Amino acid sequence: MILVMTNIESVPGKKIVEHFGLVCGSTVRAKNAFKDFGAGLKNLVGGELKAYTELMNESRKQAIDRLKCQAENLGANAIINVRFSTSNIANGAAELYVYGTAVRVE
Amino acid sequence: MADLIQLAVLLAVGYFVGSRIEKKHYRSIKEREKKLLGCAVVTGDDFLEDRPVRTSRLVSGSAVISSDYFKMIVGNLLNFFGGEVSVFESLLDRARREAILRMKEEAPAADIILNLRIETSTIAGKNSCEALAYGTAVYYEK
Repeated sequence: MILVMTNIESVPGKKIVEHFGLVCGSTVRAKNAFKDFGAGLKNLVGGELKAYTELMNESRKQAIDRLKCQAENLGANAIINVRFSTSNIANGAAELYVYGTAVRVE
Repeated sequence: MADLIQLAVLLAVGYFVGSRIEKKHYRSIKEREKKLLGCAVVTGDDFLEDRPVRTSRLVSGSAVISSDYFKMIVGNLLNFFGGEVSVFESLLDRARREAILRMKEEAPAADIILNLRIETSTIAGKNSCEALAYGTAVYYEK
């Protein structure tokens, strides 16, 4: 059973039969000092900081995994209205938060 | 004196290498935007056609773009006087457009991407910004 995620209020083509309420997942991650140093050097000439893009993607994936785990435990097979939120808590560390509504669709 | 020379060298390197990287990035953005023009993206959620839907899923893309040394110094100077800080505008523009492109590249065959949301955050102390774009990709029954 694949868990469907959407960021709209329905799952297109499906009917919602049961609501389970809010589910969320979050993670705080930091890059190691060497990669931080590398990013500092890259700061001189600008451009994309690949190490940080990667960091954000990895942690977002982990937050989503936690969200899905919570929804599965409730017996849901879809999460609607998914929202992301990011905050910086310290130098080089970021908190990724993802939340949505767990539902069962048919 | 040595400090001044160091600053001048850093500014020059930041300016010349930075603007080259930026030009290259914009070229690649424009090229890929043209290629992905066929994939419609809307910010609303009621653009569904009256056709059976095969599948739908969440797609997202993100990019972290950093400023160069020249932009940082000029930006801080402009900050002092207030008003428009034009050097940072291209930074955010690049990050957002790159994020939208990466989101589209995740679902190039989608018929439509609904409810696009863009979120921007800064990575503390790094003079850079992160843009995240996400939406719901919908595939109709063929």
